[in-house]
Amino acid sequence: MIKQTKKVAVWNWLIVKRAIADSFVKLNPRAMMKNPVMFVVEVGSLLTTLQFIYGLFRPVAGVTNSKFELQITLWLWFTVLFANFAEAMAEGRGKAQADNLRKSRTETTAKRLLNATFEIVNAIALRKDDVVLVVAGEFIPGDGEIIEGVASVDESAITGESAPVIREAGGDRSAVTGGTRVLSDQIKIRITSNPGETFLDRMIALVEGAERQKTPNEIALNILLAGLTIIFLLAVVTLQPFAIYSNAPQTIFVLVSLLVCLIPTTIGGLLSAIGIAGMDRLIQHNVLAMSGRAVEAAGDVNTLLLDKTGTITLGNRQATEFIPLSGVKEQVLADAAQLSSLADETPEGRSIVILAKEKYGLRGREFAAHEATFIPFTAQTRMSGVDLNGFEIRKGAVDAIVKYVGASGHDVSAEMTEIVERISKQGGTPLAVSYDKKPLGVIYLKDIVKGGMRERFAHLRQMGIKTIMITGDNPLTAATIAREAGVDDFLAQATPEDKMRLIKEEQAGGKLVAMTGDGTNDAPALAQADVGVAMNTGTQAAKEAGNMVDLDSNPTKLIEVVEIGKQLLMTRGALTTFSIANDVAKYFAIIPAMFAMLYAANGGANGPLSALNIMGLRTPQSAILSAVIFNALIIITLIPLALKGVKYRALSAASLLRRNLFIYGFGGLVAPFVGIKIIDVIIHAIGLA
Amino acid sequence: MTLNGWLQILFFFLIILAVTKPLGVFMAHVFNREKTFLDPVLRPIERLIYKLTGVDEKREMRWTEYAVTMLLFSAVSMLVLYLIQRVQGHLPWNPQHLPGVDAGSSSTGFVASAFNTAASFTTNTNWQSYVPETTMSYLTQMAGLAYHNFGSAAVGIALAIAFIRGIARREMQTIGNFWVDFVRASLWVLLPFCIVGALLLVSQGVVQNLKPYDTAQLVERQSIEVDKKDSASNVITKPDGTTEKENQTVSEQTIAQGPVASQEAIKMWGTNGGGFFNANSAHPFENPTPFSNLLEMFAIFAVSAGLTYTLGRLSGSQKHGWAVFAAMAVLFFVGASVAYWAEARGNPLLAGTNQTANATQSGGNMEGKEVRFGIANSTLFATATTDASCGAVNAMHDSFTPLGGLVPLANIMLSETIFGGVGAGMYGILIYVVLSVFIAGLMVGRTPEYLGKKIESYDVKMAMLVTLVFPLTILLFAAISVIAPSFGTSQLNNGGPHGLSEILYTFTSGTGNNGSAFAGISANTYWYNTTIGVATLIGRFMMIIPMLAIAGNLARKKIVPPSLGTFPVTTPLFTVLLVSVIVIVGALTFFPALSLGPIVEHLLMYTGKTF
Repeated sequence: MIKQTKKVAVWNWLIVKRAIADSFVKLNPRAMMKNPVMFVVEVGSLLTTLQFIYGLFRPVAGVTNSKFELQITLWLWFTVLFANFAEAMAEGRGKAQADNLRKSRTETTAKRLLNATFEIVNAIALRKDDVVLVVAGEFIPGDGEIIEGVASVDESAITGESAPVIREAGGDRSAVTGGTRVLSDQIKIRITSNPGETFLDRMIALVEGAERQKTPNEIALNILLAGLTIIFLLAVVTLQPFAIYSNAPQTIFVLVSLLVCLIPTTIGGLLSAIGIAGMDRLIQHNVLAMSGRAVEAAGDVNTLLLDKTGTITLGNRQATEFIPLSGVKEQVLADAAQLSSLADETPEGRSIVILAKEKYGLRGREFAAHEATFIPFTAQTRMSGVDLNGFEIRKGAVDAIVKYVGASGHDVSAEMTEIVERISKQGGTPLAVSYDKKPLGVIYLKDIVKGGMRERFAHLRQMGIKTIMITGDNPLTAATIAREAGVDDFLAQATPEDKMRLIKEEQAGGKLVAMTGDGTNDAPALAQADVGVAMNTGTQAAKEAGNMVDLDSNPTKLIEVVEIGKQLLMTRGALTTFSIANDVAKYFAIIPAMFAMLYAANGGANGPLSALNIMGLRTPQSAILSAVIFNALIIITLIPLALKGVKYRALSAASLLRRNLFIYGFGGLVAPFVGIKIIDVIIHAIGLA
Repeated sequence: MTLNGWLQILFFFLIILAVTKPLGVFMAHVFNREKTFLDPVLRPIERLIYKLTGVDEKREMRWTEYAVTMLLFSAVSMLVLYLIQRVQGHLPWNPQHLPGVDAGSSSTGFVASAFNTAASFTTNTNWQSYVPETTMSYLTQMAGLAYHNFGSAAVGIALAIAFIRGIARREMQTIGNFWVDFVRASLWVLLPFCIVGALLLVSQGVVQNLKPYDTAQLVERQSIEVDKKDSASNVITKPDGTTEKENQTVSEQTIAQGPVASQEAIKMWGTNGGGFFNANSAHPFENPTPFSNLLEMFAIFAVSAGLTYTLGRLSGSQKHGWAVFAAMAVLFFVGASVAYWAEARGNPLLAGTNQTANATQSGGNMEGKEVRFGIANSTLFATATTDASCGAVNAMHDSFTPLGGLVPLANIMLSETIFGGVGAGMYGILIYVVLSVFIAGLMVGRTPEYLGKKIESYDVKMAMLVTLVFPLTILLFAAISVIAPSFGTSQLNNGGPHGLSEILYTFTSGTGNNGSAFAGISANTYWYNTTIGVATLIGRFMMIIPMLAIAGNLARKKIVPPSLGTFPVTTPLFTVLLVSVIVIVGALTFFPALSLGPIVEHLLMYTGKTF
């Protein structure tokens, strides 16, 4: 379901190279301390190293096989390095992307406006509320709001999308981003951010993970892992007195090996990589999360508020039928509708022209011969049309047309109402048409539900997520589309206040709400929602209110954001379960090896506890070594899983639990038995132990 | 093993299953302050208590106040018990004229037995390093020890209810009133059942009097070897270091008496386990018949089983209550089966002897077991008493086979999750529920939720504090003891792995507030009395405080309405998960220590080596 929009291979050589170097840099204890589990491993490695060096000069009781001790020490260091490598790998992609972004933050100059003239200044000198002029071919020097003009802008530096977008003053398409380039026309921009605080700066910091803070679940998980580490530290530290009591004292190498195998190094080593990779996955989908908290909240979302237009239905409605009033010929209506729409470049207008052509063979006509004036749509008249040879042809909102023809004595409200109701019930939008101030009939505009939405909503329902469609349509139309699309609920004739109230209601019931928005009037709701995804095309206010920005401005992506959030949490849980389940096998490898000779019969090779060596590992040393090697290698093996996340499936919590518990719980129980045995056979074969 | 034995185990479980719902519903009514059939009698008494003590029964407490109140109550009660013990020589109801506890220890060194007992009874542990019949006066038994049997049990139930309220409430700051919960637990849940229980026990022959001890002439005189003493009654040491012995003829037996039945009832019903006599429930005056044995085992589990139903009822998810019950039942059956199997198959070192059960003998390993109970009822009792942190014993756990002895030890190590002590079992397993939900809950792709409450870092932190208590206390004290010959291992009667088991069991029993003794260790010393006393206090209060913190935190949270995406805590799969987490966390913590104790001892037994 989750499509990788920009595929970057996990094992990209450049990233790997940098990650290897970083693994050593990260050995700095001050950095390691943030990860208690791996810090304990590092301290353990240091202890064995010191003991090993000491042993080279002065023999230590019980330490005879220096080859064994050396290998243990090395593999302990590898364990730490592998964990560092995992984190470095996760950071690698972000760093590579940040480098690219930095390139687009090249030194630009700006034309700062001073009354009538402008001065050329360095972009860095710009401050909030400065006004600059940008003409075609120039880079926009900073984030801002267009206050005058319209231009096509190449935003590929930020979005990766090469098709230019239109930005214009006023309305919801007025925001521009520093580092993008104006392709045509010229615009005046009021700068809205100081240098260092721009969107590009924040984006670089985000993809690089420089500002990464631990998320709530990550903190909780870290506490659990630290707690388990203390428990195992106690178990191992007190084992030595018990061993001394039993006349079988252990060397520091064996005790540290046991400790490292028991503490949850697998999840401890991969935990931060999982978090970074989760953020990175969002970035691959062109969504910028302003905090990791927001990504986690996305996984927890109970209610999705989805705007009908653009999310559930295709952004444009299509004309599907002409419904004449009684006494009017359908063809006459179609003709008038087409004439009124010839200059209408909206998708609806075009669809009317096409429908008329397809149904009645009416072609677009040349107006050159006639005296034609086009009347554009305005919010006041809520009509548009054409004045042709002195006749007024109009189409527009039904009530507007009814009022308009009513002024010249045509009362058609009763018949109109009937038609309008019929269309609404079918989920359509009516558009009335008049000719020479006489009503002709209604164009039936149909909302087209996007393909595959029904299935996606069904999946969301499976996961216990409720979908609510938000629309400005009347309740009848909304109900029909809601039914067609398969959403759980809808909010019709929604005002921004209604939206806000709905969010607060849901939240009061303990639910987490996610929504998308782009307009300034969406900003309060975006801020109130637990997950607010602002469209990049939207206003600055919307982008600041939300906690995520979708660079593609695709509202449907909200669903993918939820999926990525869930995947992040699932990956953490799965690897934690796997890590803890692993311990059982390691006990069966190490405990019998530690006490193999304990209470052995006179001269006998094996003591009674060898009975616990159910894997049949060759020697005590190969058993311990195999467990330590397995413990280190499993981190490397699981890096791809940590980076890609466990496979996401739209299932109910009960089925997910059953599935994941089997794979990662039961699998985690069994896998090390197999793995340790194989390693034991190999190292025995090549004579390492 | 016999069919009859299995049927008895099954029969016992079915009785528990049968009372779970009625008791659970009853307790839900009691703690919701709803009407019960006992109200006409008890309600006036309750009102009178509040009037006398100035408790406002409508006032609720935040978790912090609840905790502080409970701690103050426990501290004062503990101090009172300590003082009663020390001055009992000057107090009435002391027909044997027993001196104050620890009073005679000036010559042998102060052994802190009174502190140990005070701590132990306050914490519902009832570890007894003393011999009751020769140490405690009737007044101490009744006003000191039996009082704590009620008090510590009522505290446990109150805390369990407070925790359940934390789960069930939404966006509330308070979790109930400690005094009200305590009084209602005592009056409704403990007292009536103990009166009935005591009468039933008397019907079986359990004594109830305040008479001095009887003396009986032996039909067959016994000759025993004792240390010879000089005129100043000092032991005479021979040049080779051993003591000089002499034979002594014993012609009479002292038969201890006392108010046993009243104490026995609450000892079991409140999962206290401190025996009136040293032999505890193996003594014929405490537990004379198979029926009294069944009654006592029933009393161990009944309240704790009922609380699982109360949990379901108050939290609004009855299925969850049963899922928790099922997890407890699974762990109970595993323990009971292993113990029964290990004991019934007998001792491999006695190969050649007929150890099978037949009409004339019970078969198996009967060392340290009462003939009137046999293998099945001894192992069942041992399993139940260690599951539920009761600590009463009707057989010597020290004399069990290594695996048979491993079961009681492992049961306690799982920290009161298998039904557990009254109340303590409920919050004991709920901590594991919180951990299970957190570990596996992430796997469904949501912040883990427990019955609609999000489990966040604060809750995990507190739950981890609780789980740290066991390894910290048990392993550290045991580790110090095993490498300290002067005060640690010198008190052992056995060496090798069996000695290690004895020390491990001692601290496990103390920390787990169980109080049963593996025996084989002379624990009435300054080191053991002090450390075990401290272990009981840590094992009780260091678990309760973080637990209440979770309750208070959960009560404040919103409840996310259940949906298909909600982590299921009502399914058999959840039961499996819960059992796995309990076993894995318990096993992973203690496996190394156990492998050097009972496990290696078991393996050695087959090579002919015993300890």
